[in-house]
Amino acid sequence: MDINKDLTAASSTPIVLGILAEADSYGYAILKRVRELSGGRMEWTDGMLYPVLHRLERLGHVEARWEIADSGRRRKYYRITSRGRAQLDEDRRQWQAVDATLRGVWQAVSVRVPASHPAPAAPLPQGV
Amino acid sequence: MPDPGHAGWLEEQIDRWRSYLRRRQAIHSVDVAELEDHLREQIAGLIDTGLAPDEAFLVAVKRMGELDALSREFAREHSERLWKQLVVPPSDAGEPQAATRTDAIVAFCVAAAAALAIKVPALFGLQLDADAGFYLRNLSLFVLPLLTGYFAWKRQLDPVKVRWLAVAFVAAAVFANAYPFAAHVPGSTTHDPGDTEMLTVLHLPIALWLAVGIAYAGGRWSAVEGRMDFIRFSGELFIYYVLIALGGGVLGAFVSLIFQAVGIDAEPFLQSWLLPCGAMGAVVIGSWLVEAKQSVVENMAPVLTRLFTPLFAAVLVTFLGTVLFTGRGVDIDRNLLIAFDLLLAVVLGLLLYSVSARDPRSPPGAFDVVQVVLVVSTLLADAVALWAIAARITELGLTPNRVAALGENVILLVNLAWSAVLYFRFLRGRGPLAGLERWQTDYLPVYAVWAAIVVTVFPPLFGYI
Repeated sequence: MDINKDLTAASSTPIVLGILAEADSYGYAILKRVRELSGGRMEWTDGMLYPVLHRLERLGHVEARWEIADSGRRRKYYRITSRGRAQLDEDRRQWQAVDATLRGVWQAVSVRVPASHPAPAAPLPQGV
Repeated sequence: MPDPGHAGWLEEQIDRWRSYLRRRQAIHSVDVAELEDHLREQIAGLIDTGLAPDEAFLVAVKRMGELDALSREFAREHSERLWKQLVVPPSDAGEPQAATRTDAIVAFCVAAAAALAIKVPALFGLQLDADAGFYLRNLSLFVLPLLTGYFAWKRQLDPVKVRWLAVAFVAAAVFANAYPFAAHVPGSTTHDPGDTEMLTVLHLPIALWLAVGIAYAGGRWSAVEGRMDFIRFSGELFIYYVLIALGGGVLGAFVSLIFQAVGIDAEPFLQSWLLPCGAMGAVVIGSWLVEAKQSVVENMAPVLTRLFTPLFAAVLVTFLGTVLFTGRGVDIDRNLLIAFDLLLAVVLGLLLYSVSARDPRSPPGAFDVVQVVLVVSTLLADAVALWAIAARITELGLTPNRVAALGENVILLVNLAWSAVLYFRFLRGRGPLAGLERWQTDYLPVYAVWAAIVVTVFPPLFGYI
């Protein structure tokens, strides 16, 4: 499924911060987790994650450190800071408000649609 | 083509991919290392699922994203890197060569227009020496609207903004020319501008520089990065302008000398053409150079900051030490306030440019300590001066010059004091450096608003003296 660019950009911060709140992680693993959590419905262009991580680092939401991975390569790990957690809480409040509003909208739509059309109630669009 | 099954093939391909990525100015080698780790892990994962190495490589590179888009995204995030080359080409950059040439041609035309604009009033009988007041008041209006127009064209500014900027310039022209300034100082035969007129001369360019900034930043004025780029641009333009002025001075001296040898006095030409036209045109040419020839001056402003921060810090610490040890009171001189205003502005500039050129992710070091010493000693020195003035302000009387200088002092002091707090926080690991940038860029309109108040309110308030 293609999720439009603006929506992806807006949701990337809470998603990344949320994944880092579970545990410290690095780019590739974060992307894998995104794919898992979204059931494969969210596909990010891999490279685009890194500017997002760097922005969060600049804003002080995450901290980075270099470690030697099992593979013997240097790997950059990210850890969420207390400032990042505060941001995540704030993001959660905002997204919950958006989500609640949208639920109301979908409900209103699904109630009205069968009233004007004889067809049975259409299932809600998934994952929007 | 080598055999894709060959073990070295994959390494070769990754090497080529890496060197290709390194050519991007906005992506530093440490980021390349991070991306390479990602690519290798991705390839390993794909090979595990049964893909051949060459297939895995292609899929992994494709998933990484198109390099132009990626580099643009990096440049957007790390605008301090982009500053070196301005690598962000518009998404549909068809013919970069042609675009550069068009840009150069337009810049030169705008520069020529600015150079001619300053001679237009002469057609109506206004002479540079006899009507110095008119020329001084309108100096910024000869070139800044053209410069703003140039950037509006270059950034394809939204027409609504263009209209507002035009309104600002028209208003500026009205305020500069409608007030009945007392042009003659009583008892003097020269055409020296009076106090409030001089204040207009000095403050109008500051107020209008904000308009240039809005055009310069294009749609990014609301973003911290956009305004920060404008601050960098202003610093680099200043350096270019000084360089061009030095060159112009040398050129003028030669013209004067060699024509003297053949018995022709070139002074009138220099005074009424080369100097005014050159000074106007150089603003546009300098702006264009900052944009186009980034790599030449590259990090000139930050280099100068590195050089002068310790020197200024040493001078100020010595000054404070002298005041403390000798117990001398600070003499309230007419120029004292102006001197301290300039000092604050210079220190603020040093702070700003070292912050803007700093890699936000490197930990605090010795230079940061010097920076803090500089800022704190400046604050103390300024506090000493302000205290001395506050104690005697009633006795001295409130002239427009003093009020303007005092206002500027307070504005700069507030800015610097809060910057010092934010810088401290950063050094102690309690806040990101981005906070300081945000504060500085948010503060920009304050200068313009104060300058606009001085231009619009002061002349009637002080009776146009």
